[in-house]
Parts: sequence; C-alpha cells; structure tokens
Amino acid sequence: MSEARELTLEEREASIGGIGTARKRKEDARFIRGQGNYVDDIKLPGMLHGDFVRSAHAHALIKSISTEAALEVPGVLAVVTAKDLEPLGLHWMPTLAGDKAAVLADKKVHFQNQEIAFVVATDRYAAMDGVQKVEVEYEALPPLIDPTTALDDDAPIIRDDVASNDEVGQGPRHHPNHIFEWNVGDKEATDAAFAAAEITIREKIAYPRCHPSPLETCGCVASMDATNGKLTVYGTFQAPHVVRTVVSLITSLAESNIRIVSPDIGGGFGNKVGAYPGYICAAAASIVTGHPVKWIESRIDNLSTTAFARDYHMVGELAADKDGKILAVRAEVLADHGAFNTHAQPMKWPAGLFNILTGSYDIPVGHVSVNGVYTNKAPGGVAYRCSFRVTEAAYLIERLVDVLAQQTEVDKAEIRLRNFVQPAQFPYKSCLGWEYDSGDYPTALKKVMAAVDYAGLRKEQAAKRAAGELMGIGVSTFTEIVGAGPVRNCDIVGLGMFDSCEIRVHPTGSVIARLGTKSQGQGHETTFAQIIATELGIPSDNIVIEEGDTDTAPYGLGTYGSRSTPVAGAAAARAARKIREKAKQIAAHVLEVSEQDLEWEVDRFKVAGSDVSMTMKAIAMAAYSNVPEGLEHGLETAAYYDPPNFTYPFGAYICVVDIDRFTGDVKVRRFYALDDCGTRINPMVIDGQIHGGLAEAFAIAMGQEIIYDETGNILGASLMDYFLPSAVETPTWETDFTVTPCPHHPIGAKGIGESPNVGGVPAFSNAIIDAFAHHGVRHMSMPHTQSKVWQTLNELGLNK
Amino acid sequence: MTPGVFEYHRPKAVDEVLALLGQLGDDAKVLAGGHSLVPMMKLRLAEPAHLIDINAIDALRGIRQDGAAIIIGAATTQAEVIASDLLVAKCSILPEAAAQIADPQVRNCATVGGNCANGDPGNDDPAIMMALDASYVLRSQGGERQVAARDFYEGVYATVLADNELLTEIRIPTPAAGVGMSYQKIKRKVGDYAIAAAAVTLAMADGRCADAAIALTNVGDTALFSSAAADAIKGTSVDAAAIDAAAQAAMAAAAPAEDLRGTVAYRTAMAGQMTRRAIVQALSRATGS
Repeated sequence: MSEARELTLEEREASIGGIGTARKRKEDARFIRGQGNYVDDIKLPGMLHGDFVRSAHAHALIKSISTEAALEVPGVLAVVTAKDLEPLGLHWMPTLAGDKAAVLADKKVHFQNQEIAFVVATDRYAAMDGVQKVEVEYEALPPLIDPTTALDDDAPIIRDDVASNDEVGQGPRHHPNHIFEWNVGDKEATDAAFAAAEITIREKIAYPRCHPSPLETCGCVASMDATNGKLTVYGTFQAPHVVRTVVSLITSLAESNIRIVSPDIGGGFGNKVGAYPGYICAAAASIVTGHPVKWIESRIDNLSTTAFARDYHMVGELAADKDGKILAVRAEVLADHGAFNTHAQPMKWPAGLFNILTGSYDIPVGHVSVNGVYTNKAPGGVAYRCSFRVTEAAYLIERLVDVLAQQTEVDKAEIRLRNFVQPAQFPYKSCLGWEYDSGDYPTALKKVMAAVDYAGLRKEQAAKRAAGELMGIGVSTFTEIVGAGPVRNCDIVGLGMFDSCEIRVHPTGSVIARLGTKSQGQGHETTFAQIIATELGIPSDNIVIEEGDTDTAPYGLGTYGSRSTPVAGAAAARAARKIREKAKQIAAHVLEVSEQDLEWEVDRFKVAGSDVSMTMKAIAMAAYSNVPEGLEHGLETAAYYDPPNFTYPFGAYICVVDIDRFTGDVKVRRFYALDDCGTRINPMVIDGQIHGGLAEAFAIAMGQEIIYDETGNILGASLMDYFLPSAVETPTWETDFTVTPCPHHPIGAKGIGESPNVGGVPAFSNAIIDAFAHHGVRHMSMPHTQSKVWQTLNELGLNK
Repeated sequence: MTPGVFEYHRPKAVDEVLALLGQLGDDAKVLAGGHSLVPMMKLRLAEPAHLIDINAIDALRGIRQDGAAIIIGAATTQAEVIASDLLVAKCSILPEAAAQIADPQVRNCATVGGNCANGDPGNDDPAIMMALDASYVLRSQGGERQVAARDFYEGVYATVLADNELLTEIRIPTPAAGVGMSYQKIKRKVGDYAIAAAAVTLAMADGRCADAAIALTNVGDTALFSSAAADAIKGTSVDAAAIDAAAQAAMAAAAPAEDLRGTVAYRTAMAGQMTRRAIVQALSRATGS
C-alpha cells in the first residue's frame, strides 16, 4: 500500500486559490451561457405588469388626468395616479439626500417623461395599450433647463412644494431653486495665496450630464402575500438592505415582513442605488390587487428618468510659482441636480467627497464651494462608476494641472512629479480635510513613463507638429477616495456605512459566506471566496458566496463607491479570523496542546517544532463533534466592519491619440494604465475591472452626454444616440500595477472598480487637448465628439 | 418590445403578397429584415394593422447575373451581399458598404430591398444604387414597372412606391471592367447611421475621367445624386483641383439637419471630405495604382 505523497507548502498554498490567485470568475459559468437570473427572468403565478404614463412636458401644471378609456382596454385592471397614492402617503417619497421626490406627479410635472400614472394590466402589451389611452391635460409652464439661470430673480420656480422652505435636507438655502451651499477649506488663506502668487490659472470646466446606462435597465417584481402579510420585492437594488429599511419607514410595514431580493444584476454603476417610482408603484399595486406586479424599464425610460450622473459646472483655479509648484487650489461649482435632489451619497456630504480635489498633489491651502440647484430635468446626481463626486474632482484637478503646465511651460509629466505628495508624507493630511492612507505616486508615474518611452513620444510629437499633424499625449495621475465609510462621518438615512460578513463552515470543511454587499458584475462570488480561502485555509472552490437576499444576508449598505472590498472585504477577513480563533481552540483541545503551542500554516494549525498538525478540514468536523468543554458547537460567526478611514487607490495613466485633422476623428493609439489598489486579491478580476472602467471612461470622454433642448425635451435617449462603445470603437488597454498596501485594512486592499473611470476620463481629455496645445488651446469641453473636435480644427484653420 | 395589435401574414408567393397589398393598401406594411420597421413598431411610432412577412418567399432572394445586369432579390440580406463572389468581383462597392452597415447580427436579417425601399435618408444602399444607376423593379397586381434609383426618392420615408406595390428586385447595370468605385462613410460608432457618406464610381480612359457618378448618404431628406460633383471630375485627369471642385459641389448639394451627429457645418464638410476620399480611392482602383 503506497501512501499519497505529502504536498509541499507551495502546492498546499496553490490548492487554496486564495489572495493573489488569477482565478476564473465563478459566476461567469452562468452569465456566459445566458443562465443568469435577472429580475425580468422572474415570473410568478398570477403576475401583473405595470407601465407608466409619462409627461410630455418638462414643466407644466396637470389640469386633469382621464383614465376611463384606459380602464376599458381589455386586460387593464387599474390606473393609479397621485390621488390614489395620497391616502397611503406614498405619492411622494423621501430621497437619500433629505429631499422628497414625487412618486406620481402631484398637480404638476417637473421634467419630461416624469411618471404621471401607473397602468396595471395582465400583460405588458395591455399595459402599454392602457398607457396610450390615458389622457393628460397640461398647462405648460416656462421650463428652466440651464442651471446657470436657476438662481436668477425671475427664474421659474420649479418646486412649489418646497418653495418657502429654509432648507431641503442639506442646510440653508437662499432661493426657491437652491438646494444647498457647501464650503470646505480655508477661504481667507486661499484668497491670500492667490493674491500673492506669481502665477495663477483659471479655467471653466464642465463635466456634462451623462448616464450610467447599465445593460440591464431598472425593474422589480413586488409580491404581497396576503396570507402572512409579507411583502417580497425582487429588484435591481445595489443596496437591498437599505431598500428594506426605507420601505419599512415609508409604508410602516414591519421590517421583518419585508423581504428584498436582488437577483443577478446586469450592471449598476450607481444607477441602481436609489429608489424609483416604479418600485413604489409596483409594491402599492401588489398590496392593492393581491397579485405580484412586475415593472421593467424600457431603455428610453432608463436613460431619461432614472438617475443620471455629473452635470457639474466648475470653475477651477491654481496658484503656483513660476516653476509650476502649486501653492493653492480654488473651485466654485454649480451642481445641477434636476427636479428632485435624489443624489445617492453619504448624507453629510451634499457634494460627496468632492474635496478630494487636491488629487495626488501636495497643495498647502485650498477652498471649494459647491451650490446645488433644481432644474426641469430628470433627478439624480449619482456616482457613475466612481465614489461620490470623486470623478468630477479628479477631472478638474487633472485638467487644471495640465493648464498650469502649459502656462508655466513645464512638461506635463514633470509638473506632476514636482507637485506629488511624497511617499514619506503618508499618512498625509490634505488642506481640504482628508487623511490619505498610503501611496507612492512618483514610482507609479516613472514606471509608466519608462514603459511608454515618454521622452520618445514627446520627440515624435514635436516632429509630427512640425509636419502639421496632430498627436496628443495625455497624462493623468489621480488619487481616489473610496470605501465609504467610517460611520463617524458616513451614513445613509442614519444608517452607518459599515458592512458585514457572516461565515458558516460546514462539518466537511466547505463554507457558505453571506455579505451585506451586492455584486452587479464585479465578481464578488470569486474574490470574497479568495479572501476567506486565505484566512481559513479552505479552497476557494469550496466557498460559496451569497448576497442580495435580506432574509438571509447580514445587514450591509450595499455595493457602490468601490466600497465592497474596502468594507465588506474587510468584514470577510475579520469574520474568518474569528473563525480561525475558535478553530485554534478546537485544535488545541483535540491535539491536547496549549493554544500557545499552535502556529498557523496555510491550511492547518501545527504544533510548533513538531510534525503534528490538524487541518481546517479536520477541525471543521471536530467543531460539530468534539469541542472543548464550555465552547459551543459549530463553526460560524459574523463580523460588522466600520472602517477607520477611507482608502485612497491611485494610478498613473498615459494616453496617446492621433487626430484626423479633416474629420475630427480621434484614434487612441495607446493607453497605458498603472493602478495601485493595494493588495491584489485576484489579478484577473482586477484587469477585468480596469478594462471595463476604461471602456466607460472612453465612452464618457468621447460621446456620452444627456442633452436637452431649450424646452426641456431630452434628446437622444436611446442607444442609437447615447454612446455605448462596442468592441470596435474601444481602444486596446495595457495594464500595469504597483502595490502600496492600505495600512488600515485587514488585508491591505483598497478597491479597484472605479479607479479606471475616475483616472481614465481626464487621460483622454488631456491627450486630445494636448494635441492642440501648441496652438494655444487650454481646454476643450467633453464629450470630444468628432463634430466638436472638428469645430476646434475649423476655428484654428487646421482642416484646410 | 410591446408593439400594438396587428394581423400577421406570411405568404409563400409574390402573387399572394400583391393580392394582400391590393386588398389592404396602406393598412399593411411589408416585413423583410425588420430592422427599420420593428424598432418603429416597438416604440409604437408605426402601428400597421397588417404585417406581411416576405421571408418565406425564396423567389425574392439571391444575387445573379442576368445578361448585362446584376439582379439582387429584394429580400437578399446584407450578409449575403458580403458573401457574394459575383458582387465582390464585379460590384465591390456593395459588399464593402454592406460591411459598414450596423453589425453582423443586423446584417444577417437586414435586406437590400428594405434598405432601398424604406426611404430612410440614413440608409446606405440608396446612394450606392444611385451611383451605380440601378433600377428598382416594382410589382403590383396591375403589372410591373422599373424606376431608376435616381428617380425613386421623394423625401424622408417618402418614395414613388405605391401602397399596392412590392419592390421585388434591384437591377444593376454590370459595371465595366476597370470602373473604380468606393463608399466612404464616417459615423460615430458601429451600428450608427452616417454622419455623412459618399458613393463614387468612375472610369478612366487615356488618363481622363470618362465617366463618373457621385451620390451622398444622410445629408438631406433623401440620398442625394450630385451630377454637379461628378461633372467636376469628368473629362479631367482627376487632379487635386478637380477633386476639390467635386468636393465643393458635393457640399453645395448637401443639406443636412443638425442632430447629435454634428452641426450643419460639420456634416456638410464631411459630405465634402467623404466625397474627396471616395474619389481618391475609386481613382486608385480604376487606375490599378
């Protein structure tokens, strides 16, 4: 009888498939076979369908709503209006920003396509037939579309319902269309620094309104079980537990009688954080009819009504010495939030974490002022694949640094090297109030410059310029702030922004773990298993991850703002460590040694200085059969993690473009992205996240914009016009990394999903504008469509 | 996808289609590839009471040589155009342009006949058919007529096709050996209509342009045939000055609307630029250089 060979330590490590393993995504097996289970795949017996009558106007009074003809349509069971919801107190709903939003238009409409009535029918076709038969009589009001006129004395008042309120959830305001004013930094010292500076630059930089446009639109199936009074809502929720609490608060149903389930989600990017009228109407309709009710957005509904992103109109300034050393930063921002303040971010932060404006740079003093206003446009202001307003801030500072480089005639990479926060300065307290955890910016940029032969590119550019050709080199060295967040300064409707993980080890040594987050494509089933695998010495293939069902998962604040790994990932490591502590007690008991004699080795506890050991697999069985006296059976626990700080991922990107001077076509020749997200859990998943984030950055920079005409008609709310690049348009990415672990995270990880979007957009803009820099161009507004680039070419006479 | 109520017909023969059209007139819409009609029905911008699906009629498919003409059946898909050896050899502009229409999934369904007959100025085939001087065979119960592509279009979604007529095939005079042709299209992304596009055919003899035709896509209410642009290069050596004059003529013919693809100035300029590029490529193909 031959004995199986003992595995080496390395082989045992490899068999775990833990942190650092480029493991294929476990969830892909169902996704690539079309076997995912999305909300529209859910079909319940007796299920009804709802659809909305939507406003034709951007701003109008509703004189009457006639539903009789719709109710005659075969299959139509009900037409719900604000009047029907009012007795239930559901015609308006609170927003995550302390404002309220109309569920169904109450006496007036505030933006085009606003929800006016909800038609419930036996199938989708009948619902649509009914929608066509509802007649709404309007009295048009002058629309307010341009946010720069929102605070004018004679501006049309958009929100009659709050016109006389002193505040609408985020501090004092001074005009019926004003939402908040938020100031941070030392204004006096900043103004003084500007007054004294040798060089100042100032640039108006807009970040246009765009939309996260996930492939799957929003939707839900609400099902009230009349026999037990339990309401179950399946839906596209990035934060299912928060939804449960909010539903309980606004319906007064007991929270234990509400079950929120997020099934597979086809991308969120911030679009699926908030609550939408469709959810409320489907739930109300199910309660009233006793049938499950499904509501699924069309693409037009999604692009024109559920949350948009950005719409920040910024004026940024830098003060510097003649060598380009930055002495102060100043910014004034006008934030267009649309008709209701439904931005989704920690409630104490009306402009999110915009004060990360200092970026990667050691800036002694600064001041930021943000004013939010209402307009007759769809509500929102979500973080589209970024932490709250971080992408706006990163865009502004990365553009301003380029403008300063042009003003001082310092190279655009060199000026960054001159201004970086240096590795020895961490933890670094920024002048706008953050404490950066760790970073090594010079190493990152120098590595990228060497990889692309930056000096060679600049030489080539000089030759091209001499020949009348347009080549641009864009540099972006961004720092993010993610992982919201410390409960002391982050909450949503009063709920601290911790997150959670619950782990159960089964007798045979496999694991189920549940978390308070919710993957929308990020690969949580893969990466969270890897964290637990390394901490517990149990193969990641034997670890099942579950999220999204509030009846089973521990309470958490959900997935957005790159918070899953920084917060829930930390909870997973913490929970696993608690399990390992108990496992150690059991091992000591079984091996009859003291706990102090045991040391951890990959997948087992070993008696120090001997060959005697006990694997986690064996310990798991013992946990259910042979535990020391006084210890409970079983091997399971939960951890709730309140992060001590945010994490600060960073990166250095270089983008090279060639521009067709006759057509305005921009060809991205090269894009080199170095990211530092601290400890790397799964390099393959990280690369996937970076590819996806860069593709969205490319989309935003080159074409994504939600445009309204002067009467408030939304233009191009379909994928014919709204730019989702295909594989053909999307450039090829080269990725690279450095590793600067997060000092306060249990495994040193920082989060990666959003960095490429935050850092990518300025890299594209900087490259395109750099192509024109020798003609004195300092800024061009996004998106850089062919038509707009040609406009610049034409103005400069370069297309002749 | 929630269209209104409609009656669905799937005839097996052209005569059945003609009978239905004769009976139903403008209450009916012909469904071929469905890539213009179905999106309109999805949004209920089109709510035909009857849909006549012609996909079961093999007689409407196929590409063949018929004497001096190349015949393309109206229900031939863009994918079949790309795969046609006959077209690649004798009329390469069609497969080259088809490869620029939408994406493979769309091209597997979308038909040449639908592209030509729908009257959408964004469609690519009309300008190409104008440049090739193709004719459309239109049949009704009353008989058959042929209309030149250059005379077919009247406005946005408006053509001379009567409510009781079916476009059955497209007849293209086989281009002579040595005719150079090119279709140049600038668009925002795969699947988008052109910002502007130009179709050019030209023949050279003794270093001079013996014949030429130029037509434009999506810079007017219909595809635009510009004899002025062609005249600018006919008889010349197709030098820079002639090309410039042709581009100027194309720009003069163009009358685009401003949309999210660009301003009037930009789209007009692109009509000129695409004309310029199409002439240069057609010329190099005609001269084998």
